[in-house]
Amino acid sequence: MIVSVAMDAEIEAAQPWVDVASPTFVTLIDKNHQLSSLYNMVNVPQAVWIDVDGKIVRPTESGGSIDILREFDMDIMGFKPEAMERAAAAKATYTDAVKDWAINGKECPYVFNPDAARDHVEPMTDAMALAHTKFQLGQFLLHNGRQDEANEVFAECRELHPYSWNIFRQTSEKMDTGIAAGEEFWAKVMSLGDKEYYKTVDMPGMS
Amino acid sequence: MVTILNENNVTELQSVAGTELWVSQDEMQAATGWTLKPEGFCKDEVCVPVPLGKSETLIADGKVNLSEVWQLMGKPAAASSDGGVWSLGEAANDRNDAMLSLDAPDFTLPDFNGKLHSLTDFRRKRVLLITWASW
Repeated sequence: MIVSVAMDAEIEAAQPWVDVASPTFVTLIDKNHQLSSLYNMVNVPQAVWIDVDGKIVRPTESGGSIDILREFDMDIMGFKPEAMERAAAAKATYTDAVKDWAINGKECPYVFNPDAARDHVEPMTDAMALAHTKFQLGQFLLHNGRQDEANEVFAECRELHPYSWNIFRQTSEKMDTGIAAGEEFWAKVMSLGDKEYYKTVDMPGMS
Repeated sequence: MVTILNENNVTELQSVAGTELWVSQDEMQAATGWTLKPEGFCKDEVCVPVPLGKSETLIADGKVNLSEVWQLMGKPAAASSDGGVWSLGEAANDRNDAMLSLDAPDFTLPDFNGKLHSLTDFRRKRVLLITWASW
């Protein structure tokens, strides 16, 4: 089964997407980004495969996404068709893998054995843990009319956990579309260097 | 009045805001699930002994210096500038150990109608947990 979770501080921001998509699967909202802290998540989408006994067989990974973001073409304000095709193929590959798992369970070739699963767990640092703690404080302040204090706390969160796009984009000013993809966002993306925006998923066909 | 945030729970207490967070044992349990036992500070199967010579700075007049206890346990904490709101977080080591155990960390979150769901509600099913966002 699918359990989808909106990493959205405001239900009003996420609601229109749910209204349009009318999902038939369980759809939850995580206002405090608790999953970022529990599962060391740094971006959306991120996925975890959890077996019938509650055991993780694929830890936190970039779902069906590949790292094409830095190929964004500012001239056309979009991606070139070639990049779009690669992204679509990767998404299809990942979706097929999930379907295989749904049907075949442990026999699915994409299920990691326990050692391999542990090898794919990204370690959390003390700074990241403190960022999650402060993020929860900031959210509470924000929702209790203390916006200036909240913004100071969020600035600390961004410094403590600079590669958390969940923190960065949630606390960024949104464009009219509700998307946090303004100048500040692109400047940060372009300054990534060798670092990926979406870490490559360890699965054939996902790069 | 002090507000404590821990693991998505919000607890309002009658304690005094300040640079330290002194709470009663009942309040500590209500806000964090930790209790004071003869073995030390305990939650579920875990007990952290009170270090020798530390008991007076941690426990006084039946109250517990929760901010100090939290620090002692190596867990991150953050307070608003007026000391009225405390976020008590979980340590990176504990999060890492939990993930490496491969037991999917449980959580309880609302759906868009406000109904709460826990991951453990879905045992005996394969769960693809997947996030998204409007932003």
